[in-house]
This record gives sequence, C-alpha cells and structure tokens, in this order.
Amino acid sequence: MKRVVVTGMGAITPVGLSVDEFWNSVKEKKTAFGPITRFDASDYRAKLAAEIKDFDAKKYMDFKAAKRMELFSQYAVAAAKEAIEESGLDIEKEDPYMVGCSVGSGIGSLQAMEREYDKLQKKGPGRVNPLLVPLMISNMACGNVSIQFGLKGKSVNVVTACATGTHSIGEAFRTIQCGDADVMVAGGTEASICPIGIGGFAALTALTGSDDPQRCSIPFDKERSGFVMGEGAAVVVLEELEHAKKRGAKILAEVAGYGTTSDAYHITSPAEDGSGAARAMLNAVKEAGLEPEDITYINAHGTSTHHNDLFETRAIKKAFGEHAYNIRVNSTKSITGHMLGAAGAIEFITCIKEIQEGYIHPTVGYSVPDEELDLNYVPDKPVMGNLDYAISNSLGFGGHNSSILVKKYKEV
Amino acid sequence: MFEKMKDIIAEQLNCEKETITLETNFKDDLGADSLDLFELVMALEDEYSVEIPSEDLENLTTVKAVMDYLKNKGVEE
Repeated sequence: MKRVVVTGMGAITPVGLSVDEFWNSVKEKKTAFGPITRFDASDYRAKLAAEIKDFDAKKYMDFKAAKRMELFSQYAVAAAKEAIEESGLDIEKEDPYMVGCSVGSGIGSLQAMEREYDKLQKKGPGRVNPLLVPLMISNMACGNVSIQFGLKGKSVNVVTACATGTHSIGEAFRTIQCGDADVMVAGGTEASICPIGIGGFAALTALTGSDDPQRCSIPFDKERSGFVMGEGAAVVVLEELEHAKKRGAKILAEVAGYGTTSDAYHITSPAEDGSGAARAMLNAVKEAGLEPEDITYINAHGTSTHHNDLFETRAIKKAFGEHAYNIRVNSTKSITGHMLGAAGAIEFITCIKEIQEGYIHPTVGYSVPDEELDLNYVPDKPVMGNLDYAISNSLGFGGHNSSILVKKYKEV
Repeated sequence: MFEKMKDIIAEQLNCEKETITLETNFKDDLGADSLDLFELVMALEDEYSVEIPSEDLENLTTVKAVMDYLKNKGVEE
C-alpha cells in the first residue's frame, strides 16, 4: 500500500474563514454560539446556532459560478481553494485524471428545497426554478469543486450523516493507497441552518434548547442537552507520499489508519455498548501498525447529546481498556458546534494542527462531571507537549462509525 | 420597456447595462448558456406576468426578439 500525506488544508467555519483564523479562535477558546439570525426562530425549540458571518462567495469564485451554487457548495469551493493553494499543486502539471475529489455533504441544500416547494405551492409547478436540482442535490459540492479546479479523477460524494467528513477523507485515503489517484481533494461541507433543518433536528430532540451561549454545546458535561447546529466546510489535499516529495510539497502530516464499521442497530442511536465505534478505532490503530497503548489523544465525535457522549465514552473504554484513562479526549464541537457533514473534516484538520504544535485544545465550557463519563476530557486548559498520533472519531445516524488516525510525518 | 429589460438582463446575466443594445445576442454577446436563458425567462415571466412556453425559447435569441415577443403577448411597457 502506498503512503498518504496531507499537503494542504482549508476551512470555512463559524469561528474563522481560514485555517489560521479557525485555529487562532480554537486557541483563544472563542466559540461561535449565538441566537439564530437566518430566520425568525422564536417558535423553535432550538434558540442558538453557530452561524458563519461575513462569508462572501465572490471572493472565492466568479459571480456566475457562485449564483449557481447553494451555500454548502460555496463553502466547499472556498475551503478547497485555500487547501489547494497551500498545497502548491499545479493542476496544469498533473495528469488531471489522477487528481480526484471526495467532498461530501450530509444533506445538500434544504434551503433550495424550501424555497422552491413554497413556489410550487403558491404559484404552481411552472414556477419551479430550473436550477433547483443542480443547486440542491448533495453531490454538487463535490461536482462544483471538481469543476472549479479541473479535477478529473475519481469524484465521489459519501453521504453518511455526521460521519460524512471522516468517511470522505478516509475513502480518499484508500483511493490513493490503492493507486487509483495521486492526489485527492477531500473533506466535508454543510449549510442547513434553515427552518426545516433546525425544525427537523429539534423535533428529534437532537438540538439543545439552551439559550445560554456559554452552556449550550458542552460535550461530556453532565448538563449537556443536545448539540448546537453549526455550518461550514473543511477540505484537505491528500497526496501519495512520493508524489508529494517529487514536487517538493510541504508535508503537514501522514494519514496512517482508517477504520469504519456499522452498528447495525438503530436509525439514530449509537450502539449502547459502543462496540461498533470501538472496533472502528481499533481497526485504525491496527492499520497504522500501532498498539492501543500508543494512543494518547482522541478527538471525539462529542456532540453534546446525552446518547452520543455516553456511548462514545463506553466505546473508548471498550477499545482501550484501562489505558482509556491515560488518553486525552476532547471535542472540537465545544467551539464550532456541530458542522454535520463538515464535522469530521474540521476535526481532522484540528488533529493536524494539534500534532504540528503539540497543543491539545480543551473541551471548552466543560464544567460539571457526569458519573459514568469519567475520562480525561481536557477541561479548562490545553495540554502542551509532543504529540505523535491523533484519532478523530465520527459517528452518524444510521450507525455509521468512522475513525481516522493522523500521524506526525517522519521520513521512515 | 427597453430600460427595464436592460436592468433584468444585466442582473440575470451579470453584464454591464450600457453594453446592451437591441441587437445584443444572449449567447454570442453575453455568453449565456441554456440555464442562463431559463433563468432570464423566469425573471421576465415574473416581471411581466406572462407565460413563455419553453418551445418558444429557441427563437428568443436577441433583446429585440424578446421585446417583440412580449409586445405580441400584449405587454406594453
């Protein structure tokens, strides 16, 4: 199998419109939670969201392209632009059929659906926008990224709910390992802060009803009561090691393992004993040629829902046994909210920044311990010190579990 | 009518209003593709409260053709 490294990263998040801005916010514990402003949410159970402010699509693409994309596609293109620029990849010098794209969205555009369904009801089928379908369908983030940057290799949209970002990067990793592509632009994107999006997740009681920005997305805390919806995109450039070295690319980290399983259990709840997620983590560890004891840090899915945080904690204990108590476990969602299809991808980038800087960010806002949730969730302060490996977990409705293992890049 | 048309076309096709003349061809001069024309027609339908069947689209290649077409439909301004 070929080795795969990361050579570029890009992010559009509620706490920053670039990787640097995002990472600075993480270090400043600057969260993004505030009242929903995209629509009048006064009748909704959920009051808060992590919205992106001041995003201007025209800074990243031409007017006409932007007009033919919904927000989730625009975010993906903007993040991909930053990632490709950082990688220094010149598509003109590549075989374009060996440069692929694996950018997923969990949902696509609910907004386009809302808008056009409203028109259909009020004015009849003749008034439905001819662009509805290519605006709305979830694969169009991937389609638009490949069009904007001329990526002619494998182009796929993995849709696995909240595990989309991790699966998209994981499947891109496999693609390069197997020699199907030299380079993959991979990540996730989402933009579903809209009436039916908030209404749907709130009806499931997946969203917190908290109106306190300091105490809303509080993963692993005893008082957690649901997630806060975020939005945005995160995209990375994955590259076959020799290909990256040959063109003198700066290598940011290595992807060393990927494990993915299904709970085959319930449409929304993870398995209560965490067995599926545990197996995904162990598969990633094994592929990386490591022992469970080598792992000292996990970037958890940690959504701040009762079920996820409890069952994920059980999964970590099941996978690592007593060693679980030596592992630092944090949740980036304590800062960004839940970026759904983009979550796994921004958390993958977080792992790389943490390895690069030897800096594990705290789970912001964590304050009330829960009896059964007794791992080290990195409360209050960051943990500084050398970090060689990081596992990022994502769990999605439908029982999708995926874990990806990032490693500090070393020549041998 | 011409002034208002120019506004709609400039907005839909993202071009300078001043460059639009009666002879302007949507595809050749403004680089419009079939989806642009669909959108333009939808905007015109909204503005002038008329219905433009898609089979008529192929004849609507220039600004003048559209204006004549709308006048035939009884649109006056």
